[in-house]
Amino acid sequence: MAQDQKRYPAEKKGELLQLATLDDLKVMARQVRRDIVRMLALANSGHTGGSLGMADIFTALYFRVLNHRPHDFGDHHGQDLLYLSNGHIAPVWYSVLARSGYFPIAELATLRQINSYLQGHPTCESGLPGVRIASGSLGQGLSVAVGAAKGMKMDECDGRVFCLMGDGECQEGQIWEAAMSAAHFGLGNLIGIVDFNNQQIDGEVSGVMGIEPFADKWKSFGWDVYHCDGNDIEDFIATIGKIKAAGSSDRPSVVLAVTVMGKGVPFFEGTMPDNTNWHGKPPSKEDAAKALEILSETPYGDF
Amino acid sequence: MGENNIEAAPGQYVSRGNKATRTGFGEALLEIGRENPSVVALCADLTGSLNMNHFRDEFPDRFIETGIAEANMVSMAAGLATTGKIPFAASFAVFATGRVFDQIRQSVCYSNLNVKICASHAGLTLGEDGATHQILEDVGIMRGLPGMTVVVPADYSETKRAARAIAAYEGPVYFRFGRPSIPDFSLDSDGFEIGRSIELHAGKDVTVIACGIMVWKALEAARILEKEGVGVRVINMHTIKPIDTLAIVRAAHDTGAIVTAEEHQVYNGLGDAVAGVCARNIPVPIEMVAVDDRFGESGKPDDLLAKYKLTTEDILEKIYLALRRKE
Repeated sequence: MAQDQKRYPAEKKGELLQLATLDDLKVMARQVRRDIVRMLALANSGHTGGSLGMADIFTALYFRVLNHRPHDFGDHHGQDLLYLSNGHIAPVWYSVLARSGYFPIAELATLRQINSYLQGHPTCESGLPGVRIASGSLGQGLSVAVGAAKGMKMDECDGRVFCLMGDGECQEGQIWEAAMSAAHFGLGNLIGIVDFNNQQIDGEVSGVMGIEPFADKWKSFGWDVYHCDGNDIEDFIATIGKIKAAGSSDRPSVVLAVTVMGKGVPFFEGTMPDNTNWHGKPPSKEDAAKALEILSETPYGDF
Repeated sequence: MGENNIEAAPGQYVSRGNKATRTGFGEALLEIGRENPSVVALCADLTGSLNMNHFRDEFPDRFIETGIAEANMVSMAAGLATTGKIPFAASFAVFATGRVFDQIRQSVCYSNLNVKICASHAGLTLGEDGATHQILEDVGIMRGLPGMTVVVPADYSETKRAARAIAAYEGPVYFRFGRPSIPDFSLDSDGFEIGRSIELHAGKDVTVIACGIMVWKALEAARILEKEGVGVRVINMHTIKPIDTLAIVRAAHDTGAIVTAEEHQVYNGLGDAVAGVCARNIPVPIEMVAVDDRFGESGKPDDLLAKYKLTTEDILEKIYLALRRKE
């Protein structure tokens, strides 16, 4: 750890918020998208596409699925744990962490600025609530989650461990080392969620380095595989519900969540006419203004 | 511990016989495991080689065999640490460093997690398996990482004391030890504090700063020269990072010349660490006993040490050179 690293002040807590209805979640997902566009435009750098594409899943996780205590983040007992392996979609994570109360939403304005707690890729270096480990170099997060799931079992904690990954990230060999070990260790408390958008920096995953037959790969590694529309909050919540209802005690589960990169802003969505995508580009001021017209304001308010 | 049957003269260390540092590691791990239920151990298909079978047999629920998948092991250890465990993740030094540098950098050091990377069979003394397995670059790789502590104990007994200190310390540690049986001479009264070196022999003409298997050889060199009237201070620099700056500056000031000795490449290891301290504080002639920018080869440990110039005689030669440069 850098010796001059400023620690996140423990007393600086965010406002706890709970959402009752599916409509509330949908409106919050729109607010999260507004946050992402505004953060990235302010920073003039960062990853637009994956962040927007995962806004629905993150909103569902933090406002419905996860059993978590934003103001008592450090203690892993009696909570679910979440690890983001594809750290470059940090903006969507930071937004939902702030919106659900881990830290004040005002922090969102500091993304990628010098001395910010909100680094370009997530880190726990400063003790920022919500982040348990650094990620950014791809392929490590599922192994980390396997370790955490083992730790939870050793402590007889009944919480679940969630690990979010990208589909392109699954080209990394370490993902499959981790997948093999999760099944071997019988980690029924582990749920993987893959952002299945068929996009990576150099183009479409299927063209860059195909990963199909993707579901069969997970099955053959001993995982229960679920499919859902990752941009449909209701479908995602129902899918996690199915996993919990199945109650498999010794098999890990993975959700292949089909999403659209850039979802919510049509001119950021999917593959562009020139075969590029919005994986690693920030919106210009003009793009941001147009996007924010589409993503209309919400009662939750901008940071 | 503490049952030293052979009476040691004051200020003199004697060998109680040969023992492997990896044996000390395995025994210490078991003892630490008995005392602290948060301690867990991981190994990638080398449990017997690292003497971890004792821990595995007594604590099967706290021992994780990861198979031949070191990257997964190190990242898993980091994940375990996020749930409050104290993971000792172990393999051969070659697989525990270079192969998993990125995992150690991001998931352990940058994340400042309480993971102990335990690396056996370091250096040439791994022997017959040859250069693929004889890592001589590991200390350099690990010492470059912010937040990493690097410990290289001198013998079996010190490995046990070091393991305890490492378990008690909160933060990432690289713990390097080896395969061969070597003289066991260090004393419980030496204690073990991370970052504080131990003066084993007094002298005012030149200082030998050594780590690992080279410490005993440095003592041998000091005794030979004592008969010739040359006073050699011997420092056991068991912690390469954070390096004991004060001891190095004092040695440079008091003796005016330094020889370093390590089972590692001449680049980026103990020698460079000592030279850096001297260059910044008190420049004096420095000679280095280390492997001269080459890969190793198959052979018996002692034959390799002779061929690659890591013997007591090589230390003596560098001492003479340092003394001449001092004049």
